[in-house]
Amino acid sequence: MTRVAYFDPHPAPTVPRQSPLHHMAEIAPTGDVAVTLREHAFRDHLNLRGEPGVLASAVESVTGLALPLEPQQVVFGDGTSLQWLSPDEWLLIVPGGEGFRLQRELRKALGDAHFSIVDVSGGQTLLSLEGEEAISVLMKSTVYDVDPRHFPVGKGVTSVFAKANAIIRRVDDTRWELVVRRSFADYCLRWLLDAGEEFGIAFQRAEHEVDAREAAPAGEAEMTT
Amino acid sequence: MSELQQRRVAAGAGLGLEIDRDRPLAFTFNGKAYQGYAGDTLASALLANGVDVVNRSFKYSRPRGVVAAGAEEPNAIVQLGASEATQTPNVRATQQALYEGLTARSTNGWPDAQRDMMSLIGKVGGPFMPVGFYYKTFKAPASMWLTYEKMIRKAAGLGRAPSEGDPDIYDHVHRHCDVLVIGSGPTGLFAALTAAKSGARVILCDEQERFGGSARDSDETLDGVPAPHWVAQIVERLAAMDNVTLLVRTTANGYFDHNFVTLHERRTEHLGDSAAMTGGRRQARSRLHRVRARHVVLATGAHERPLVYAGNDVPGNLLAGAVSSWIRRQAVRPGERLVLSTTNDTAYRAALDWQAAGGEVVAIADARANPEGAMVERARAAGMRIIAGSAVIEATTDRKGHRVNGARVAAVDIAGHRIDGSIETLVCDTVASSGGYSPVVHLAAHTGVRPVWRDDILGFVPGQTVAPVKGFHPVGAAAGVYSLGMAFDAIAEHLPAALAADGIALAPSAPPQLETLAQGEAVGLYHVPHDKPTMRAPKQFVDLQNDVTAAAIELATIEGFESIEHVKRYTAMGFGTDQGKLGNINGMAIAARCLGQTIPETGTTVFRPNYTPVNFGAIVGRHCGELFDPERYTAMHQWHVEQGAAFEDVGQWKRPWYYPRQKASGERETMHEAVARECRAVREQVGVLDASTLGKIDIQGPDAREFLGRIYTNGWEKLAVGKARYGLMCKDDGMVMDDGVTTCLADNHFLMTTTTGGAAAILEWLEIWHQTEWPELEVYFTSVTDHWATMTLTGPEARNLLSELTDIDLDREAFKFMEWREGTVAGVPARIYRISFTGELSFEINVQANYAMPVWEALFAHGDQYGLTPYGTETMHVLRAEKGFIIVGQDTDGSMTPEDLGMQWCVGYNKPYPWIGKRALTRSDTRREDRKQLVGLKPLDAEVVLEEGAQIVLDPKQAIPMRMVGHVTSSYYSPTLDHGFALAVVKGGHKRLGERVYLPMADGVTHVAEVVSSIFFDPKGQRQNL
Amino acid sequence: MFYIYCPYCAEYREEEEFHPKGQAHIARPLDPMATSDDAWGDYLFFRDNPRGVHHELWVHAVGCRKFFNVTRDTRTYAILETYRIGEQPSVTADSVSTGSAASTATLTGVQA
Ligand SMILES: [Zn+2]
Repeated sequence: MTRVAYFDPHPAPTVPRQSPLHHMAEIAPTGDVAVTLREHAFRDHLNLRGEPGVLASAVESVTGLALPLEPQQVVFGDGTSLQWLSPDEWLLIVPGGEGFRLQRELRKALGDAHFSIVDVSGGQTLLSLEGEEAISVLMKSTVYDVDPRHFPVGKGVTSVFAKANAIIRRVDDTRWELVVRRSFADYCLRWLLDAGEEFGIAFQRAEHEVDAREAAPAGEAEMTT
Repeated sequence: MSELQQRRVAAGAGLGLEIDRDRPLAFTFNGKAYQGYAGDTLASALLANGVDVVNRSFKYSRPRGVVAAGAEEPNAIVQLGASEATQTPNVRATQQALYEGLTARSTNGWPDAQRDMMSLIGKVGGPFMPVGFYYKTFKAPASMWLTYEKMIRKAAGLGRAPSEGDPDIYDHVHRHCDVLVIGSGPTGLFAALTAAKSGARVILCDEQERFGGSARDSDETLDGVPAPHWVAQIVERLAAMDNVTLLVRTTANGYFDHNFVTLHERRTEHLGDSAAMTGGRRQARSRLHRVRARHVVLATGAHERPLVYAGNDVPGNLLAGAVSSWIRRQAVRPGERLVLSTTNDTAYRAALDWQAAGGEVVAIADARANPEGAMVERARAAGMRIIAGSAVIEATTDRKGHRVNGARVAAVDIAGHRIDGSIETLVCDTVASSGGYSPVVHLAAHTGVRPVWRDDILGFVPGQTVAPVKGFHPVGAAAGVYSLGMAFDAIAEHLPAALAADGIALAPSAPPQLETLAQGEAVGLYHVPHDKPTMRAPKQFVDLQNDVTAAAIELATIEGFESIEHVKRYTAMGFGTDQGKLGNINGMAIAARCLGQTIPETGTTVFRPNYTPVNFGAIVGRHCGELFDPERYTAMHQWHVEQGAAFEDVGQWKRPWYYPRQKASGERETMHEAVARECRAVREQVGVLDASTLGKIDIQGPDAREFLGRIYTNGWEKLAVGKARYGLMCKDDGMVMDDGVTTCLADNHFLMTTTTGGAAAILEWLEIWHQTEWPELEVYFTSVTDHWATMTLTGPEARNLLSELTDIDLDREAFKFMEWREGTVAGVPARIYRISFTGELSFEINVQANYAMPVWEALFAHGDQYGLTPYGTETMHVLRAEKGFIIVGQDTDGSMTPEDLGMQWCVGYNKPYPWIGKRALTRSDTRREDRKQLVGLKPLDAEVVLEEGAQIVLDPKQAIPMRMVGHVTSSYYSPTLDHGFALAVVKGGHKRLGERVYLPMADGVTHVAEVVSSIFFDPKGQRQNL
Repeated sequence: MFYIYCPYCAEYREEEEFHPKGQAHIARPLDPMATSDDAWGDYLFFRDNPRGVHHELWVHAVGCRKFFNVTRDTRTYAILETYRIGEQPSVTADSVSTGSAASTATLTGVQA
């Protein structure tokens, strides 16, 4: 009996795709820009649910990332990240196209245990916010305390962002990441550009990472048993 | 222009510490040009130019001048702005820095404050406008209140909002800190430094133009340097620390739960009418800081209390401390001959400064029998005449009332509230008074804490209710500690301990060294007795802003108002933007005396946010214009925009409502025409709807099926993999809360859909039951609403079109109604659900949202020959209503059971688990046969489209109020039926099929309709099974 | 604006991240069909409205999405403790009236 149905949602690389912010024009950085905003579109995002004891070893062996067990903890790998969202929920972000393979391997490693893995790649996008005034832009946007004394590198939270929500995480001293829902992405971007205006803000699309869709045959579908 | 700045005194030691005489600034007031200096407030500049009358009073239209030097100013409230768009009402001239080109007008007074037409009414009407005048005069008829209110407002002149859009931008900043220090006088500065030195995150704010508070113009020395220098040194040290945020021109306006404080920072108000661009970029004019502090140090100081004596509102009556401030800060001596009336030592400084600035001190009336203390001795040594045991009982003026011309002084018997002996009249143009000091407890009161009276300081201090507000520390004068040395010691001793409890370790801080002056004891005098009884004496004002007199408060107590809260409301004392800063204590003292009580027995009213007016821009921040509220877009949104769709707001989503086309005539279709065309396309050919906004929840786990059985009213045990089922959800009261189709993707895996508006609430609903009642069930829920783009292809040609694009076998036997399949559409991996909300053959295509557009465009690339037509939510509504499909929240209102909706087919009474809603459906009330039940209504007149919400009656001839038996929930024109039709709820409606009901409308027309089945089209459901 | 200690996120968060869900510790009758109309009505609709210590159910809606309990003084709005689903409060109206926990009741969550 099939227990869970999932498939590779990516078509052949010849099929065009659109990020949630495809319609927004880039804003080139000028001389005194203090904040740079980038969209890192088309990553694969997997939502993992389960007890830590169930997930930890399988996740580490498949992704190479240690499952963060402390609240608000996020670990970064090479193009990957794994974030604590709740005591039984994590967000795994990997290069585009790798999600399906990882899900398959995770499911194999987890066997009959009770867990859930859900592909949410189409539903959210990753932004980065970089520069000396990035923190000022965040202070205008979220009720969460983003002061470095309270928000060290490697921390990540879900909080209120303007009148929407976002995942906010700190990658290094001057670089932050936001994960926003697709339908709110336009609003969040406009908000950020407006908040950053006084400091000078640029908006760019991140150079597309290697398209891992090449690796997997298009339209491959699979059911685990 | 009159004599240039005739009241500005020449430079001298301790005079004009804050002005720059090399930077003159031109400004206009009530259309007249003046000049001041950088460092002036608008108030000090007006005083420098001899402008005595700055306003007319609220009720009596009396001439009024500047009284105070800070936020407590009751009279000099102006309308600012050189252009219509930059009009700002309710600006205190005492808090407004002067800038080049500043343009201000009196708030009250028409046509202007000097020549006030309303004063005629005031002077004639005054005696006839007793306390409670508005309530007594305008209370009836109630219908006239709107007219009265307009008249009163025009006369009262409460300022006006600009009629043009604001050219400026505003924003909010969220801040968190260990210690928020409100007020930067010596105690605030010391507290901030004490906390900051140990690395704690500190915010120091002050509402004034610069830091320092009372130390800005003090002639004391601190740590061996003059107080203003000490301030500069401390501020410099704080500014150098990266754990300290300094906010000047920033008023703490509201103090909310758990040490949440809103700070209103005026960032460019001191520079111009409108914020200038910096580096080609806009900057916020005001900023609201939303501060969450672990500790709040309230160092807001004290406001000097004026004495209440006759004629105390005539221009030239000033607060003693304000006189000193103007002389020392701005070198403005606002008169020639001063009489000081005081109850304490501190006010003597006004007389000493007046003399130092070249003015004549006529006399000091000291209410104390034996004034003594260092300041008193200085005054004596300077040759000033001190009249002990006396007070100014009346300030006199000429007919116009534009300036004080004398003071009547008499010995007063405070305990007996009468004058004692003869009255001496002194010629003067200025009366300064001081009745002591009131700690500024407003912010503390915002937390719900009532102030408590302290006899030793003759003032209210922040009190406690049940338990102390944790992390709240009033210090210095705000706490009633007027000795600076004692205030410093208290901070040095207690602040580290308080913070240590929160894990913030402070190194000990030595209190600043200071010389202390011997102070004589103050005496409690509030309302100065007059030779006539209060009711017959010239007006003695308690609250200048709201024109409340001592007589009014006496009258209120005579009329039976005993609670101070009632006295406040009856007299309007402390109302509005004033919030009782100057007058409240005096008013309470008068009420207490009249009621034969002490002040603590009388109590105090509370103060509410905001402490001073906040402009709307700062409150709104950047939540305006296109950022007012989030607009949620689907992956196909840009396409809809390019197609010229009209949009409908569904929650925060923007959904295409209909797609008006250009007609042959060149005109755009009306909504009615577009919807009729879209409806026909779906019924006759094929249409496509962007259904991406439907809530989608991924459910995984071995107990997923069991969970669905408990949460839905219908059964899920037998739903096979590959199949979908419509489900109805109730609350445990048995009322329908949501519906949608849920699909069995695999044995442990379901996809639930919810209504667009219910998505977030339903996810929370599933979680609350799982987390609080059934944690043993192994199941997880994850929102995938945004992950999937959903396109509903519907109509007789749907299969033919889709078959061109997919590898899935669409044969009716291979892919049955209420099943789902996986495959590709236009090369994109997809799940297709054969479900229908239109009653037509339908395929709901779901793809990962990043790939939605190629699929959507492929449909149109192949759709022409099938007549593919995009349709919007209006057409969706018409089509589903023709089929009698409900929309939860439109056809239901939280009081409809499944059976009320005629959906008993969707209720599994025999399911083993007592699912949510089951028990309530067996209550007698939910079994009643006369409950409102969903039916169809067919208007007898085919052209009529009933109004949604219209009430239904059985007998149109009955008297009003008619007995209403239901209402219309959905109503449309059906192009398919060529008839108006409606869904409605009617009492006992299921048994009324064929009966006539009536819908009387507000315009007198009564529509007639027949009760019919709620399914108007294809009752057997054959078309969706094609 | 409350500042609420989420026992799952183990830190204070702003009120905007939370939804209040009414009185805590309202258990659904285990056998609803055997429950009288009155008892069912009590379960559905009747709630305490104390002046003083009250136990409430909240959810960290914009956060970890976990439900938890809050003990709050309705007079001062002080939150006396927060605790997870399935746990019992350590601060109650009784404990406060007998003074055992009241003296230490502060604006903190249960961090033990
Ligand atoms: Zn949490």
